[in-house]
Amino acid sequence: MPLLAAEAKGKRRRKKGMENDNLTGYLFILPFLIGFFALTVFPVAMSLYLSFTNYDMLGTPRWIGLDNYERMLMDDTKFIKSIKVTLFYVFTAVPFRLVFALAIALLLARLVVLKGVYRTLLYLPSVIGGSVAVSVMWRQLFGNEGALNSILAKLGLPTVSWLGDPSYAIWTLILLYGWQFGSSMLIFLAGLKNIPASYYEAAEVDGAGPWRRFINITIPLLTPIILFNVVMQTIQGFMAFTPSYIIFEDGRPLNSTLLYVLYMFQRAFTFFDMGYASAMAWLLLLVIGLFTALIFKSSSYWVHYESEGER
Amino acid sequence: MQARRKAVIKLAGEQLLLLALTFMMLYPLLWMVAGSFKDNGTIFTTAHSLLPNRLDFSSYIEGWKGFGGVTFATFFLNSTIITLLSTFGSVASSALIAYGFARIRFRWKKVWFVCMMLTMMLPFEIIMVPQYVMFNWFGWIDTYWPLILPTLFGTPFFIFLIMQFIRTLPHEMDEAAKIDGCGKFAIFSRIIVPLIVPAMMTCAIFSFYWRWDDFMGPLLYLNKPQLYPVSLGLKMFSDPDSITNWSALFAMSTLSVVPVFVVFFLFQRYIVEGISTSGLKG
Repeated sequence: MPLLAAEAKGKRRRKKGMENDNLTGYLFILPFLIGFFALTVFPVAMSLYLSFTNYDMLGTPRWIGLDNYERMLMDDTKFIKSIKVTLFYVFTAVPFRLVFALAIALLLARLVVLKGVYRTLLYLPSVIGGSVAVSVMWRQLFGNEGALNSILAKLGLPTVSWLGDPSYAIWTLILLYGWQFGSSMLIFLAGLKNIPASYYEAAEVDGAGPWRRFINITIPLLTPIILFNVVMQTIQGFMAFTPSYIIFEDGRPLNSTLLYVLYMFQRAFTFFDMGYASAMAWLLLLVIGLFTALIFKSSSYWVHYESEGER
Repeated sequence: MQARRKAVIKLAGEQLLLLALTFMMLYPLLWMVAGSFKDNGTIFTTAHSLLPNRLDFSSYIEGWKGFGGVTFATFFLNSTIITLLSTFGSVASSALIAYGFARIRFRWKKVWFVCMMLTMMLPFEIIMVPQYVMFNWFGWIDTYWPLILPTLFGTPFFIFLIMQFIRTLPHEMDEAAKIDGCGKFAIFSRIIVPLIVPAMMTCAIFSFYWRWDDFMGPLLYLNKPQLYPVSLGLKMFSDPDSITNWSALFAMSTLSVVPVFVVFFLFQRYIVEGISTSGLKG
C-alpha cells in the first residue's frame, strides 16, 4: 500500500521541522472533525438505533427489537431475491470489468504508436460512466427497437427482448459495468510501467516464452494492484444503484434486476419504512466489511509484495 | 528482411485490433450523438446506424424546452451552482485539513487519520437513510443544503491525495518562512497553497465529475422541477411513459455530458495522473 510507505517516510522526516502544536493542528483539521462527528458518526449510530425500531418519518420511532432483522431474513422473499441478484451481479460484473481492464492494459502497455490516443479514447466511457445520460442511452440501446436488435435483424437473426426477459435483463447492467473499465485500466497501466524491463530480459535469456513471462513475472508483480482493484470494485459493485433505477425503475422484470441498494431505496423512500431500510444498511455494511476482510485475509496467499531485501 | 516484415505485420495487427476495440467501445456514445440528429420517424428503422439522415438541430431546440414549463436552462444553471459551490468548498477545506495532517504534529493525529481513512471506505449509501431523516428535521428538503453542506467538511479522498502531494515538498521553505516570522496559517496560505495547485486541480476535476453526475442526492432531496440539476431533470424528461420525442431525449442526453467531456479534454493530464498515482475510482 502506498499509504504505509508514505507513513514510513513521514516518520523519518518528523525529526526535523515538526514540533508539537496541538491547537494549530486541531484548528486545521477542525472541518474534518465536525463533518466526521455530525455527518458520519452520528448518522451511523442513528441508523443502528433506527434499525431496531419501526419508523415512518411521521410519528416517533417505536422500539421493536430485532423484528426488522427477523422479518428481513425470514419473511421477505423480495429481500432474499435482492441478495441473490446482487451477489450474482457483483461476482460477474467485477471479474468481467477487471479481466477486461487488465487485458486492454496489457495490450496498451506494449504499444508504441498512438498509445496515448487509445488510452484516452478507451477511458472515455468511464468519464461519463455514472451519469444519467449513459443509463438513458443504455436503455435505448438494448430496447426492443434499439441498436442491438436492429443489428441482429440486419444479420437475419431473431431479436431479443433484452430488457423484458428476466434471464437477460441483469446482463445489460453487467455489460454497462464492464464497459466502464477505464480507471481500472489506468491503474493497471501504471502498475505495468513499474515492472522493471530487466526482469523480462533476464527471463527471456533463460528461455521463458511470453506466456511463462506473463504468469511468472507480470501477474505476481501486479498482485498488489489487483488486490486494490478487487477491493475497491467489489465495494462499488455492491453499491450499484443509478443504472438499475433508471433502466428498470423497480427491479422489473420479475425483480430480476432488484439490486440491494435499489431495494433499500424503495423501502426507505417509497414505503418510508426507515427502520427496515436502516437494518438493511447495517447488514450491507457488515457484508462489505466481511468481504473486504476476506479479500485481505486471502491476500497473504496470493499477493506478492516485493521486500526491499530481495532487490 | 523477414524479421522486419514480421514486425510490420505485428504492428498492423495490434493497431487493427485496438481500432476495432475502440470503435466498439465508443459505438454507444457515437450512437447517442447520432440519435440526436435523426428525426423521430427514422430513429428506430435505422436504429443501429451512426449516420443521421439529416443534420438539423430542431431536436435540441425541442428538447431544451424541458417539461412542465421548466427549461433545461434552469437545470443547467442549477447544476452549475451546485457543482461550483461544492467543488470550491470541498477542495478548499480538504487542502486545509491535508496540511494539518501532513505538516503539524498534534495529539491523537494517528487516530483521526485512521478515522478519515475509514470514512473514505464508507459508502454514502450506508448513511443515506439517517442523513435524510436528519436533514428532514432541519427542514432542508427542497434546498441545496444537503447537497452542498457535506462537501464543506472536506472529502477524505481529496485530503489523502493532497497529503501525499504535500509530503513530497521540501521542509526547507517552511523553515525559512518560520524564521521570517510566519505562523502556520501564513505558511499554508503563502507557501504551500501555490505549490499544491496541481493536486488541488486534480481534486477539483474529480469533484466536478462527481457533483455534476450526482443523481442520488438530488433524487432524495429535491422535489420541485425548478430546483432540479441536469441529472434529475434528464431522468424526469426521459420517463418512458411521457416521452415520445426520442431524438430530443438523445439531444439533451448529449448536452448533459458535454461539460464533462470539455473538462476531460482540457485537463486530461491531471486525471490520468490522479488515478494512476492514487489509484481510486473515477
